[in-house]
Amino acid sequence: MPLFSQLYNFACWLAGDRAAAEDLVQEAYLKAYKGFASYRQGTNFRAWIYRILRNTYLTSQAGLSAMGSLDESGEVAEPETAETPESILLAAREQDRIQAALETLPVHYREIILLCDLEEMSYHEISQALGIPIGTVMSRLSRARHAMRRLLSRHEEGASR
Amino acid sequence: MNCTLWKDQLDAYLDGELPDRDSAAMDEHLRSCSDCASEAFRRMQMKRATRAAALRFTPPAGLREKIERSVAPKRRRLGFLKSPALAFAVALVLLAAVSAFVMVQRSEREHVLAEFVDLHVSALASANPVDVVSTDRHTVKPWFQGKLPFTFNLPELEGTQYKLVGGKLVFSGHHPGAQLLFELHKHELSVFILQNGERVPAAPSSQTEDGFSVESWSENGLSCTVVSDAGAGDVHALGELIRTANRR
Repeated sequence: MPLFSQLYNFACWLAGDRAAAEDLVQEAYLKAYKGFASYRQGTNFRAWIYRILRNTYLTSQAGLSAMGSLDESGEVAEPETAETPESILLAAREQDRIQAALETLPVHYREIILLCDLEEMSYHEISQALGIPIGTVMSRLSRARHAMRRLLSRHEEGASR
Repeated sequence: MNCTLWKDQLDAYLDGELPDRDSAAMDEHLRSCSDCASEAFRRMQMKRATRAAALRFTPPAGLREKIERSVAPKRRRLGFLKSPALAFAVALVLLAAVSAFVMVQRSEREHVLAEFVDLHVSALASANPVDVVSTDRHTVKPWFQGKLPFTFNLPELEGTQYKLVGGKLVFSGHHPGAQLLFELHKHELSVFILQNGERVPAAPSSQTEDGFSVESWSENGLSCTVVSDAGAGDVHALGELIRTANRR
């Protein structure tokens, strides 16, 4: 099964729990296998299977409540978190801080950062995987990174207090 | 200095998504603006750190097998080749291999075609476009004897609008070949004939390369390419004449 480890990692980030991620990956491969006939050659396979996984999550109970709402232009409102979670403030290693910050982000922000920075997808691929226009990819990514920087900069302020 | 516009483009720049021209402008700007340069550096580090931190969960042992079994619940003994999951995986691997191969092939072919267009243009720009000047195919064909490790036929042009101008020896990809120059009204047409047509499809395929009509095919171990600024129809008609002459 292609992309198995990557999809599992991505599913864990989406679902936030390993058991749910296992089910998610299993269901996604099942759907991909059944729908393989509908996969059009020449289109991007990676984007296609990430899209299946993500849509599977989106329609799950956990996904429905976590995804929250998007406004008309497909934008996510940046969360007005008054407090930076302790998990970020207390983390000693940068890696732990980044992981905690990713967990704190709304899932729309988390997934787009993962697709871009971890999977190194092009904006075009991301737009296929998320089913949104390239313009929305760019604006959402920019907001997501801004939110990420804000979360992490509070750590620095917190640490210096 | 107000760098808001530059900073707005930084993410796309670091993601490799800025068009070449904008990316070059950004390079230039970063050399002169230490504020933006350090911001770019911070964001690049952030991207790297995110990548490392996000690679966090590895699948538990046995999950892959479990899923493979569930995707293909009725796997028969010795029937593993019929396993839909495996067939699916094989199909995907093949698909990936094929599309990679097609891309390489296509770019190689485009490269070769572009080379023929260059040869055609440089021949026309030269004071001596051809080395053997003759409208007589019985003069042009023997001239190549001893110069090429293969032979070919030239078409009878009587009754057609095409005129033979002459020919010369060319090299493409270290292989020697013949370039034959023809005229149609005011247009020049080059026909390149080389051995080893691996990279050229057998059936005639035509396309446009830098505004030139190009048609190529391969037959009997020879690959032929017609290049001209004449219309695709005229290029194809000459191709037909060459093909007919070499089938005899």
